[in-house]
Amino acid sequence: MDGLNIPLNHILLVSSLLFAIGMMGLMIRRNIIFILMSLEVMLNSAALAFVAAGAHWGQPDGQIVFMLILTVAAAEVAVGLGLVLQVQKRFKTLDMDHANRMRG
Amino acid sequence: MLEITLFYVAATVALVATVLAMTRTNAIHALIYLIVSLLAVAVIFFLIGAPFAAALEIVIYAGAIMVLFVFVIMMLNLGEKGDQQERQWLLPKIWAGPALLAAVLFAELLYVISTVEGPVSTTAVSAKEVGLALFGPYVLAVEIASMLLLAGLVGSFHLGRRYLERDGFDDGSEK
Amino acid sequence: MRELIWLIPLIPLLSSVILMLAGSRLPRLMIGITGVGSVGLAALLTLTTGLNFMANPEPFQVTLWTWMQVGSFAPGVAFYFDGLTLVMMSVITGVGFLIHLFSTEFMERDESYARYFAYLNMFVAAMLVLVMADNLLLLYLGWEGVGVCSYLLVGFWYQNSANGQAARKAFIVTRIGDTAMALGLFLLFTELGTLDIQAMVGIANETWQVGDNVALIACLLLLAGAVGKSAQLPLHTWLPDAMAGPTPVSALIHAATMVTAGVYLIARTHGLFLLAPEAMMAVAIIGIATTLMAAFTALMQSDIKRILAYSTISQIGYMFLALGVGAWTAGIFHLMTHAFFKALLFLGSGAIIHCLHHEHNIFKMGGLRTRMPVTFWSFMIGSAALAALPMTSGFFSKDQILLQAYQMPGMGPWLWLAGLLGALLTAIYSFRLVFVVFFGAAKTEPDKDTGWRMAVPLTVLCGLSLIGGYFIIPVQDVFLAGSGDHPAHWVEYVSIAVPLVGVLLAYLIFHTGQLKVDGVVNSKVGQTLRQFWLSGWGIDWLYDRLFVRPYYAISGMLKSEPVDAVYGLIVAINQTFNHWLSRAQTGRMRWYIVSMVFGLVVLLTLALQISPEVL
Repeated sequence: MDGLNIPLNHILLVSSLLFAIGMMGLMIRRNIIFILMSLEVMLNSAALAFVAAGAHWGQPDGQIVFMLILTVAAAEVAVGLGLVLQVQKRFKTLDMDHANRMRG
Repeated sequence: MLEITLFYVAATVALVATVLAMTRTNAIHALIYLIVSLLAVAVIFFLIGAPFAAALEIVIYAGAIMVLFVFVIMMLNLGEKGDQQERQWLLPKIWAGPALLAAVLFAELLYVISTVEGPVSTTAVSAKEVGLALFGPYVLAVEIASMLLLAGLVGSFHLGRRYLERDGFDDGSEK
Repeated sequence: MRELIWLIPLIPLLSSVILMLAGSRLPRLMIGITGVGSVGLAALLTLTTGLNFMANPEPFQVTLWTWMQVGSFAPGVAFYFDGLTLVMMSVITGVGFLIHLFSTEFMERDESYARYFAYLNMFVAAMLVLVMADNLLLLYLGWEGVGVCSYLLVGFWYQNSANGQAARKAFIVTRIGDTAMALGLFLLFTELGTLDIQAMVGIANETWQVGDNVALIACLLLLAGAVGKSAQLPLHTWLPDAMAGPTPVSALIHAATMVTAGVYLIARTHGLFLLAPEAMMAVAIIGIATTLMAAFTALMQSDIKRILAYSTISQIGYMFLALGVGAWTAGIFHLMTHAFFKALLFLGSGAIIHCLHHEHNIFKMGGLRTRMPVTFWSFMIGSAALAALPMTSGFFSKDQILLQAYQMPGMGPWLWLAGLLGALLTAIYSFRLVFVVFFGAAKTEPDKDTGWRMAVPLTVLCGLSLIGGYFIIPVQDVFLAGSGDHPAHWVEYVSIAVPLVGVLLAYLIFHTGQLKVDGVVNSKVGQTLRQFWLSGWGIDWLYDRLFVRPYYAISGMLKSEPVDAVYGLIVAINQTFNHWLSRAQTGRMRWYIVSMVFGLVVLLTLALQISPEVL
């Protein structure tokens, strides 16, 4: 199977594309739910890059970092969705442009 | 050969599904596309010799976290009005600038990864190896991650409880 | 009895506190009884203590408690009582009581009746602390206390801002002297290790030789304090302006007691001054210069109170002269007699002002001799004493001063001559006042005559001014006796004759008009001199140019805070950045995200530019 393996830079290319798409979603969406989803996409793309790099060297470290990213994503989503509920209750909308009361 | 084909198929599915997820106006639709994207990434994990990561991706990401999203979206009960509003917010003049920025960033990333060469290893890294490394050199990271999860637990409990106590969720859904 | 002398300052102080706290709720009669009664009680206590002391003239000391203890510095709240203290206390409480009684009528229509007596009682208490203090620190407390009371009472009618200005001037100008005095106290403490006056003088005599430089500096600093308080050259400018206060206040504070505190201070610390002959010379020269300057100025004034104010400055100059030539007893004696006749004159002028609708200009008075007989006789007697006509109290004290000045080795005869010139001028200006105000045609009609509360103090003070010269003040143990020998008789005769000449001149010029001085006055030189003297030798003008205007100029320059401009620049830069950055904080999350991504792109570009090989 040598020579027929998946090239690392192709995986990284996919990862970069996912990251860029996620970031675009982050920038253009105003609904807080979509913002959180975009964050998930971005985290996932970073995880993909880590796992790919780990696979490149044949080491488990990449997967460990993936698990840590998973932890971060889980905690972030838990708190983020809690905030979504509060935003909906306070502003009666999920539009983040309305929730700008903390301006300095 | 099969592996490579599978990889490109999975990668294509992942990218298309993500693009679709990012452009949906209905949150549930977007969520389902996102799950598809995550499953495709899980396939990629499996192909590049990380079966444990693939399993976690499916169980925790596509399973637990996305289910959390589903619950919250159901609680909020967004409906048709939300769809129309979302459509208004997705006009080209809004996403043109961010798209340019994202493109630039992508070009830079492309430039960075262009120097990377070589294939990924074929031998799979088993769950046992991952577990040994996790509770060996990375045990401190595990501890920190556990604290992070505790903080997330307390935070979400606090935010969610006040929501339910003060302004009954049932009242909100009946409107 | 002796242990209870602390009651004497305490009673007026208590009364003052009562009047301050409850004054607005008490009826006027009660206020008067409290205010006058407390000082009367203090006077009675002083009298009994004085009689007790006369029977057994032994100085004693009463320590109440240790004020503070800092290392070896432990001044007590302690009173010292000797002949000098007794004289001062008698003047303060005795004359003070009469002036308080007079005030009840003078101020009867004033709405701040209680406040007036509260301040006046506080002044008496502070002045008593000043003269009774056993150490210089407690003396300084009283010293500042009377300064504050003087400030409060000069500015008593505060609705008129000119009065407030006068009060501030009085406070600030005396503050210059007070600061010097505080420095003197510091110096004395570091050099001698104590501020207890009796112990200090003893240690000083052991430590310093006569003519020691440190002693000289210490004495000059104390002298500066005394000069400020007693309105001597060059710090005298506040006293004429201080006449803005109620007239009884001028009588008590700015004639009889507070302004003589400087004299008391020098007399009390005369043991130090004996170690510094140059300082004593300075005292004498300041004294005689002030005497002449103030006498010339008094001759030209037309405001009755300003004449008396300059006269006070002049008379205190005589006391300084006495102290400077070592005639301690004569100086204190003159202090006492001056307190009598100057209080009398001030109260008399107060009575005139009170009955003449607050008229101050003497040329708008006239012919009051028959309309206000009590006041007329008060003024006659007071002016006679002031001019030192024979057999009045002022004669005895001033005569002693002049004779002892004559005997001073070296400059003695010159000081004597200058003193005689001062005496001549004193006689002229005091009788000018009498002739202009009480004789001639009436120009303003008094609307009433004095009541008994004014008449009684005037009468008593008349008596004191007449017979005060026969008192023997019990200070022989305090001061070293002067030389017993008398100068030649002609010196004495001249001293007696000069004031009489002065009165005669005043009579000819201002009453009969036989001696025409218009030609001299209206000549060019005469007019210039007249203006010069009228403005108090231009000293206010000089100070205005020398200190006030440069001060204003510097203040004007510093008003824009040039030093702060540097810091202001830093602040301005920070504010500008803050402005920019706070604009970025819109509270819109998408904006934040976009700017973060933008920053990320820029940073990544930079990283790639700077070190591409790392990647």
